[in-house]
Amino acid sequence: MLLIPCPYCAETLPEVEFAYAGEAHVVRPSDPSLMSDEEWENYLFIRTNAKGTHFERWRHIHGCGRFFNVVRDTVSDKIYMAYKAGEPKPKIDALLEKQR
Amino acid sequence: MTKFSGFSILKHAFTGHKNWTAQWPESQPKDEYDVVIVGAGGHGLGAAYYLAKEHGITNVAVVDKGWIGGGNTGRNTTIIRSNYLYDESARLFDHAVDLWQGLSQELNYNVMYSNRGVLMLAHTVHDIQSFKRHIHANRLNGVDNQWLTTEECKAFCPPLNTSPTARYPVLGGALQKRAGTARHDAVAWGYARAAASRGVDIIQNCAVTTIRRNSNGSVAGVETEKGFIKAKKVVVSAAGHTSGIMQTAGINLPLESYPLQAFVSEPIKPIFPCVVMSNAVHAYISQSDKGELVIGSGTDQYTSYSQRGGLPLIEHTVAAISEVFPTFNRMRMLRKWGGIVDVTPDRSAIVSKTPVQGLYVNCGWGTGGFKATPGAAHTLAWTVAKDEPHPINAPFSMERFRTGRLIDEAAAAAVAH
Ligand SMILES: Cc1cc2nc3c(=O)[nH]c(=O)nc-3n(C[C@H](O)[C@H](O)[C@H](O)COP(=O)(O)OP(=O)(O)OC[C@H]3O[C@@H](n4cnc5c(N)ncnc54)[C@H](O)[C@@H]3O)c2cc1C
Ligand SMILES: [Zn+2]
Repeated sequence: MLLIPCPYCAETLPEVEFAYAGEAHVVRPSDPSLMSDEEWENYLFIRTNAKGTHFERWRHIHGCGRFFNVVRDTVSDKIYMAYKAGEPKPKIDALLEKQR
Repeated sequence: MTKFSGFSILKHAFTGHKNWTAQWPESQPKDEYDVVIVGAGGHGLGAAYYLAKEHGITNVAVVDKGWIGGGNTGRNTTIIRSNYLYDESARLFDHAVDLWQGLSQELNYNVMYSNRGVLMLAHTVHDIQSFKRHIHANRLNGVDNQWLTTEECKAFCPPLNTSPTARYPVLGGALQKRAGTARHDAVAWGYARAAASRGVDIIQNCAVTTIRRNSNGSVAGVETEKGFIKAKKVVVSAAGHTSGIMQTAGINLPLESYPLQAFVSEPIKPIFPCVVMSNAVHAYISQSDKGELVIGSGTDQYTSYSQRGGLPLIEHTVAAISEVFPTFNRMRMLRKWGGIVDVTPDRSAIVSKTPVQGLYVNCGWGTGGFKATPGAAHTLAWTVAKDEPHPINAPFSMERFRTGRLIDEAAAAAVAH
């Protein structure tokens, strides 16, 4: 079971308290009608499905109820960090360096 | 290749079964092939077999990063059925079930296909309504599926708890009689042996790292751990690892990879005559020929390549099984494992040409592609040989995510397998 740090509650809690909410930093286009079919497909359906470092959204459904982002390695399932929704994507190289 | 028969088994019995020879050779890659298939699961091996048998294309290699059938083909719970709601799915899966019936004879290899019936339990009024709708839709498509009352369910599957006070009372069920199980390893081995006997090379322990393209954009071959292999056509059929391989050819697919787990109990005497699935409690169960109860449920909620899966799913699955089959609640579980399944947004597969000339893809089978193995492989071989969709796999193209012509089994069934 994953142990997930909620940046709002400032606590690391078992996965069963949380709901996974897909890849992070997928921005909804402001005017879909201007988009080509290909761009719309990319937004709706195409994901990186990264094997390695993955930026993803979680929601603390059985806690504060808020969405936030997590950086996880999808091979080892190790969680590197969590950050609040709306914060910029962390620079992963610096992050990995710090972990070493 | 030695042909298996009652006589050959008898003959080998007299020499203590010491003279059986290898069923297919261990091949090393040649410099060049007409077709290279990435992934030696049932789908890839089956496609190689049908390419050789039905299209006379025998200069083919199937390349796997591990051992054949070591992916989801060797990790699944082997449920085979075709009672899907949409016409496109019904056609594809029923084509597979047709092929399953005679597959042991076709391959001269016992894949132990057993049409013991798959029963889906209805626990709520909503279940009853949607299952009956399914049954009618299936029948219109010529796919067998029938409604059983609670008493009929109990008669068909005696270990079932049909008490009206059960937490999830059994209000009836949908039974597909032609559905059942097969021996997963034997499917990989049977296709491998039959393909190899027609000249196909099966290359293990050789991960494909990159798909290489010519300057005009068409496919040139694959870079592997054992060097570059030139190929006129390349087929990627690597389940949960497909999206990463396809990205090396510049193609981004609508796939996400999730761990899916299963486990087996200690072996017991025959007690469970069929396959039972329940959407509401979300678990399914059957008994293998070795006597183990084979149990599974859904994927983990998060994407991962860990091939392990998390504890919450196991807990949930065991709880669900104990609820519907109280007689099993003190069984010991012997082993559990996980596979990495590639899931599409509409939960239907992709069997398709790609924008890269000479590159084909078979993926997105997610949690339920074992049952499709012969049908997927058969129509995929056609697509590769003729460079055009087969009438049955045409709707499963990768373009559907652009055109919006989805085959939304996710919304239709919400059933995993
Ligand atoms: C626990 C579990 C239970 C399931 N239960 C059912 C069920 O009851 N009924 C059902 O119909 N389906 C079920 N499925 C789904 C089913 O197993 C799959 O859909 C099906 O087996 C896919 O077959 P395949 O040949 O496409 O893939 P696989 O058998 O996974 O083959 C893909 C192969 O590609 C290889 N590969 C990967 N990357 C590379 C690379 N870079 N280079 C070379 N080779 C590579 C892998 O080693 C693997 O052997 C289940 C799956 C799991 C995990
Ligand atoms: Zn919280």
